[in-house]
Amino acid sequence: MKYLLQRIAFYLFTAWAAITLNFFIPRMIPGDPVKSLLSRFQGQMSSQAIDSLYVLFGLDKNASIWEQYFDYWKQLFHGDLGLSFTAFPSPVSEVIGSALPWTLALVGITTVISFFLGTGLGVLAGWRRGSWVDGLLPATTFLSSVPYFWLGLLAIFLLAGPNSIFPSGGGYTPGLIPAWDQYFIPSAIQHSLLPALTILISSVSGWILSMRNMMVTVAAEDYITVAHAKGLSEKRVALSYAARNALLPNVSGFALSLGFIVGGTLLVEIVFSYPGLGFLLFRAVTAKDYPLMQGIFLVITISVLVANLIADIAYLLLDPRTRKEG
Amino acid sequence: MTIPTSSIEQVIPEQGAMAQPDATPPGKAKRSRFRFVSSGKALTGIVILGIYILFAIIGPWVAPYAPDARSKDLVSPPSGAHWLGTTHLGQDVLSQLLDGTRTVMVVGLAAGAMATILSVLIGVTAGYLGGGLDESLSALSNVFLVIPALPLVIIVTAAAPGGGAVLVALIIGATSWAWNARVLRAQTLSLRRRDYIEAARATGEKTWRIILFEIMPNLTAIIASGFVGTVIFAVTSEITLAFIGIGADTGWNWGTILFWAQSQQALAQGAWWWFVPAGLAIAFLGTALSLINFGIDEFVSPRLRSAGKTKIKTASGHTVRMRVGFTPVLKSTTATPVLRNTSSKEAAK
Amino acid sequence: MSAEPVLEIKNLNVDYGLGDQAVRAVRDVSLTLHRGEVLGLAGESGSGKSTLAYGLTRLLPPPGVITGGEVIYHPEKGDAYDVLGLSDKGLRDFRWAETAIVFQGAMNSLNPVHKISTQLTDVLAAHEPKMSAHSRTARAREMLKLVGISADRMDAYPHQLSGGMRQRVMIGMALILQPQVVIMDEPTTALDVVMQRQILGQLIELRERLGFSVIFITHDLSLLVEFSNRIAIMYGGRIVEEAQAATLYKDSLHPYSAGLLGSFPALRGPRRELTGIPGSPPDLKGMPSGCSFHPRCPKAFDPCADTIPILGHPETPDGSVRTVACWLHPASASLKEPVS
Repeated sequence: MKYLLQRIAFYLFTAWAAITLNFFIPRMIPGDPVKSLLSRFQGQMSSQAIDSLYVLFGLDKNASIWEQYFDYWKQLFHGDLGLSFTAFPSPVSEVIGSALPWTLALVGITTVISFFLGTGLGVLAGWRRGSWVDGLLPATTFLSSVPYFWLGLLAIFLLAGPNSIFPSGGGYTPGLIPAWDQYFIPSAIQHSLLPALTILISSVSGWILSMRNMMVTVAAEDYITVAHAKGLSEKRVALSYAARNALLPNVSGFALSLGFIVGGTLLVEIVFSYPGLGFLLFRAVTAKDYPLMQGIFLVITISVLVANLIADIAYLLLDPRTRKEG
Repeated sequence: MTIPTSSIEQVIPEQGAMAQPDATPPGKAKRSRFRFVSSGKALTGIVILGIYILFAIIGPWVAPYAPDARSKDLVSPPSGAHWLGTTHLGQDVLSQLLDGTRTVMVVGLAAGAMATILSVLIGVTAGYLGGGLDESLSALSNVFLVIPALPLVIIVTAAAPGGGAVLVALIIGATSWAWNARVLRAQTLSLRRRDYIEAARATGEKTWRIILFEIMPNLTAIIASGFVGTVIFAVTSEITLAFIGIGADTGWNWGTILFWAQSQQALAQGAWWWFVPAGLAIAFLGTALSLINFGIDEFVSPRLRSAGKTKIKTASGHTVRMRVGFTPVLKSTTATPVLRNTSSKEAAK
Repeated sequence: MSAEPVLEIKNLNVDYGLGDQAVRAVRDVSLTLHRGEVLGLAGESGSGKSTLAYGLTRLLPPPGVITGGEVIYHPEKGDAYDVLGLSDKGLRDFRWAETAIVFQGAMNSLNPVHKISTQLTDVLAAHEPKMSAHSRTARAREMLKLVGISADRMDAYPHQLSGGMRQRVMIGMALILQPQVVIMDEPTTALDVVMQRQILGQLIELRERLGFSVIFITHDLSLLVEFSNRIAIMYGGRIVEEAQAATLYKDSLHPYSAGLLGSFPALRGPRRELTGIPGSPPDLKGMPSGCSFHPRCPKAFDPCADTIPILGHPETPDGSVRTVACWLHPASASLKEPVS
C-alpha cells in the first residue's frame, strides 16, 4: 500500500508539473498570437469566453503572475479550457470530449495488444535462441525505425482503396450517426483495422526485443537452473519461472515508455484522418488553435498518467516483493 | 602466525552457481572499450551512418536541382531526368531528399548531443552526490519521462513561431534527456559503491577528479548508447514536426517532403516515389543507429550476444542445440587410458 | 558402511565452448559415490568441482558441453544406466526423483515470485501427477516440518524468509521425492558459521534417518573433514587426491591437499601455523604443462613440469582405498594394474 501511495503522490506531482508547464508555455510566446485570433472573433464571443482565454494565455497584463496562476487553476477545476477557434464556438473541453473515446479505443486497445503479443513473441525468442523468432529480429528493428505515420501512408497506399475492405480514412462511413447500433459499430471497427495494424506492426518490435533480452538475462539465474534440476516440464520452466520473472521489468518498462509510444501512435490518426486526439492536435496545429493544443496536451498527459498508474498496480500484483504487509 | 598469501577463504566465491569463463576480465575492459566496433552489427550500422554523414556534407552540392526549383514535369514518375520523380510543382524529389539530409543530421546530432550532456550532468550528479539533490533530480527525470514527449515538443514548438532548425534541436534536446539520466544515475550509484571509488574518496581525492577519471570512463558505453538512442528519437521527432507542418521554416527535411506528399494527395494519385524514398531514408538511418546500439548492448552485457554456434553435431551424427537446462553430450573424445581407482564394483567383489 | 555404489562417474570430460576455443573444465574425472556415504569434493574456485556436479546432471548452461565419459546410476531396484544417455524426458524423470541438488546461494535458488508452497508442490505435480492437490500440500508441510520450519510459512514468499530458512526450504525441497543422491554445492557458504553447522548437522541427521547419499562440494575443507566420510580434492579440473576423511586430515599425500589443510585452523588437537598456498588457481584457458599444480608447489621437482602424474594407489594401514596423483608418490602406481 505504501508503494501505491508513493506512486499516486508522484503522479499527482507530475500532473501538477504538466499543468504548470502548460501554464507557462503560452506566456513565453512573443507577439501574442492568441490576441490576434481574439480580435478576429471579436463580437462573436461572449465576454465570459474572452475572460477565460485571457486567463489561459496570460493576456491580462495587470494581474501578477501569482494571480494569473491562481485563476488558471480555478478555471481548470471548473473544466474550462477555453474556446476552440477551429470548432468555434464550441468549448475545447467539448471538442476533446468527442475525440477522446476514439483515441482511447484505437490507441489504448492496440497498445495493450501490442504489449501482450510482443511479450509473447519475446518469450519465444529469448527461450529458444536461434529459432525462427530470432530470425524475425532484424525485420522488427527495421520496422521500429520507421515513423508510425509513414508506415500508415504505406499501408493506405498498398492496402486501402475503393475495392479494398480497408477504407483509406475516417472513423466511420460518412452518413452514419455515431451510436451503439448494428450499423455504426461494424463500420467503426472496419475503419480502425488498418490504423490499428499500423500501430501494432511498428510498436510490437520494441516489446519483442526487450522481452527477449530479459528472458536471456533471466535464463542464467539460479532459480532457472533449480527449476530444470527439479525435472519440471519445459513449459513450466519457461513460463512459470523464466517468463514470469522476465515480465516484471517489461511491465515497468511499459509504464515508462507509454509517453513515448502514445506520442507516436497519435500521429497515425493524422494519416488516416481518424477522428481522435492525434488528428485533432494536427488540425489545431495547422489552424494555430492554441487553446485546443493546450487542452489536448493536458488530456493526453493525464491519460498517460492514469495508464501509468494502472501499469503500476499490475506490477504490484505481479511482484510479491513490493507487496509489503501493513 | 604467518598471513596466508592466498588462503581459500580469500578466494572470491564463483559468481552464482554458473560462473562462466566468457565474462570479460575487468582489467581488459579499459583497453577494449571501443571493441564493440568489431561486432558485425555495430560495424554495419557505422558504415551506413557514415554514408548518411557524407551526404549531409555533400548532399546540397551533388543534388541535381535546387530543392524548390519548379519544372514542367508535374507529379511525374522516376525518369532519367528525375531519378526519384517530381512533386506537384515539378520539384525534383531526389534533390529534396539530398538537401534535407543535412538538416536532418544536424538537428538529430545536435539534439542528441544536448540531451546527452544534460543527462550526464543530471544523472551522474544525482547518482554520485545522493541525498536530497538526488531525490529532486530523480523526480525531475521521472516527470520528464512520464509526460508524453512528442505532444510536449509539438506544443512548445508551435508556441514558438519563427524558430529555425536550432530551436527545434534545442527543444527536442531539452525534452529527451530523462531516460538516459535515469540509466546513468543507476549505474553511477552502483559504481560509487565499488571499492576503488571508496578508496579514492577515503584518500581525499577531489570529487570532480573522481567523477571525471574514475566514474566517467566506466560510463562510456552507456553514454554512447544513450546518445545514439536520443539521436533516433530526435530524428523521428523533427521529421514528425515537419510532417505536421510545424517548424517548416527549417529548410527542406524529409518530413517536409512527406508533409507535401500528404497534403497534395500523393496517395490518391499513386505517386509512391513522392513519399516512399523519404520514409526509407528515415528507416535506414534508424536501423543503422539501432544496430550500433545493439553492438554496444552486447558489448556491455555479453549474455545478449548471439551464442555463435547454437547447434552442434554429436559423434553419432545427431544435431544438438545448445540450451539452458540440457547440456549437450558429445562422446567423441576417447578417454585417455589412465590408471584409475579400481571400480568399486570390482572392489566389492 | 556398505561399499555398494550408487553413482559412478567414469572419465567425465566437460568443456566450455567448442573446437579451438574450448576450455577444458573437467578432465578425466572418475569418482564413485557409495550408498549412504557423504563424499566431500574440495578445491579452490575454478577447480571444476561445481562444473563436475552440474555436468553429471547435464545442468551446465551454454557454452558447457560434455565431451565424454559416463555417469552410471544404480537405482534402488532395477538395472544401472548411464545418465548421460537418457532422453530429455528420461532425464526430466531422473532429476530430483533420483538425484536432487541443494544449490549454492540460497538467495537466488528460489523463484522470487512464487510462494514456498507452490515451489514445493510443483515438483510433486511434475513427478507424481496422480497425487491429489491435498496430499501434495500435506507432503510439502511434512517436508517443512522435517527441516524445522513451521507450516505457517507455507504461504510465505522467499523474500520474507531469512537466508538460513531459505536454505532449509531448499533442503526440504531436495528431499521431497526421497532421492537416493543429494548433491550439495556450497550449501552454506552464504550463511554465518553458527547457521552453517546447525544446518549441516541437521542434514547429517536426516541422512542417517532417510539413508540417502551426499556429494558435498565446498571450498571449506574444515567442514568436509567434520561432516564427510570420504574426501576428493580437485585441482585444475582433475582429482588429485581421494581418501577417507580422517586419513586425509591426518596424513595428506598431495602437496595441494596439505596446502588446503594448512589454510584453516585445526579443529582439534594442537594449534598449527596457518600457511595457505602461494600463488593463485590456474587459468583454465592456459593450464600449466605437466602437473597443473607445479608452479605453486613447494615440492615440485624434475618430472612435474613435463608429465601429468598418474593417479596412484598407495597402501593404507586400514586397507581402505585411497588415490593420489603426484610424482612424489609414483611407486604406488605399480601396485595396481591399469584399467582400460
